[in-house]
Amino acid sequence: MSTENEQPLIEFSQVRKAFGSKSIFDDLTLSVRRGETMTILGGSGSGKSVMLKLLIGLLRTDSGSIRFDGQELCALSETQLLPVRRRISMLFQGGALFDSISVGENVAYPLREHFKLSDSELRSRVQQKLAQVGLPGIEEMRPSELSGGMRKRVAIARAIAADPEVLLYDEPTTGLDPINTRRINELILSIQHDLKVTSLVVTHDMASAFMVADRMAMLSDRRIIATLPREEFRRSSDPAIHSFVHAMSQDSALRASEHPEGVSP
Amino acid sequence: MADNAPKAPRQLALVLLVARFLRAVGGVSLLASETMRCSFRGPFARREFVHQVETVGIQSLTIAILTAAFSSMVMTVQFAVQMTRFGVKEYVGSVVSLSLVRELGPALTALMVGGRVGAGIAAELGSMRVTEQVDAIRAMGADPVRKLVVPRVLATTLALPLLTIFADILGVFGAMVVARLDSGVGMTLFLESMLRSVTLEDFMHGLVKTVFFGFLLGVIACYKGLSTSGGTEGVGRATTETVVITSLVTLCVDFVLTNLLLGFGL
Repeated sequence: MSTENEQPLIEFSQVRKAFGSKSIFDDLTLSVRRGETMTILGGSGSGKSVMLKLLIGLLRTDSGSIRFDGQELCALSETQLLPVRRRISMLFQGGALFDSISVGENVAYPLREHFKLSDSELRSRVQQKLAQVGLPGIEEMRPSELSGGMRKRVAIARAIAADPEVLLYDEPTTGLDPINTRRINELILSIQHDLKVTSLVVTHDMASAFMVADRMAMLSDRRIIATLPREEFRRSSDPAIHSFVHAMSQDSALRASEHPEGVSP
Repeated sequence: MADNAPKAPRQLALVLLVARFLRAVGGVSLLASETMRCSFRGPFARREFVHQVETVGIQSLTIAILTAAFSSMVMTVQFAVQMTRFGVKEYVGSVVSLSLVRELGPALTALMVGGRVGAGIAAELGSMRVTEQVDAIRAMGADPVRKLVVPRVLATTLALPLLTIFADILGVFGAMVVARLDSGVGMTLFLESMLRSVTLEDFMHGLVKTVFFGFLLGVIACYKGLSTSGGTEGVGRATTETVVITSLVTLCVDFVLTNLLLGFGL
């Protein structure tokens, strides 16, 4: 684990972003250290996903700065962003698997983009990544044949295929039953342990957030209002954090009681 | 003051409409230039291109042939009746073939195939857009124009002239059969009349137009698909708008190109 003094790997500084007249961020500032897992909490529409898309260059800031490993990202063109996208990978909320190609081709997609590998090397990397997410031997299946939990795991396999240094998770457990939610959380932990990646996890699932996080940030009122280590966050007396944590914990408990057995793929 | 009050929203709506139109024209033009740039510089998504040629071309063959055949058969019946009144029935082969090769074959193929293929492209790319698949392509370091747009635009640009050739051939054949059975114009007479008047230039006039129709169809459908927003409702809207816009653009561009090509002696 990194030290407090080390230069942050990811730095949002005074970022502003608006869509038309709707302001999303006014003065967003956040630092993420190398090797840590940071969860970003916030209500629906608070701009959690927008943060991840700004970092990977899918959206552009209106002003402010985003630095990755010391490099300013905001001024980079699509071509200049390619090396950054080789190092940062993103798991999209719905998985965003390509329906028109097989699971194996989906996982091979970033490998084809970033490396020149032979067919046998590609096959073996795809097999290895699918086995890593607990889904060996499904290369020939189509994404439409998979359950929600399997789609998420294939999407994780695709996200880690090119061995990125940073993984961005956009609501990784949304829409999943408790069993699959736990499975995805365990997968995030094992990836963190095995690959030593830095992770940014956007979620409003409190159980997941507390399970995977080293530090937690709260997004509210168009900015990050607090960044605290997990246990300090849990015990925080800040009214905004306290009410959010308790409201979401009750919601999670209610959903868990509605689906006590879950559905295993 | 009271008289002017209702005019202001109307004027504003008109300004917004013009702004929306200009933005769309600008967006399509930018996408067209980016597509051309990527087409001439590698890497090229070969597998996707082959798949699109099959989807756009081979799967549209039946619709193109049936449209041309039935249109030319109806035309033959109509022309034969009128030309018999003037005693020039033997020229029916010439008139029908010229109309088919220069105008009806290209335009009808573009309209029918455009409706089918344009709707398909807009719906597919629109769905990819709203399910973040297009974002995923960019996030993995790939270019959506290169991966999605170039193969589709090249496929429509290549497939439409080829489909038109088949449509012309089957259209002439259908007209010939109907002329023989319905109007008593023998096949030899029909063919002789056709060969006397239809030249290679007439044929090329039609084909050149379809290259433009195909390119515009691909670019507009891709633009509408990639600019989709608003979930599944947005996908439906983009699909409908694509069919309407590509049909109107085909007819407008047909008029302009026909005059231009005639100006060049084609």
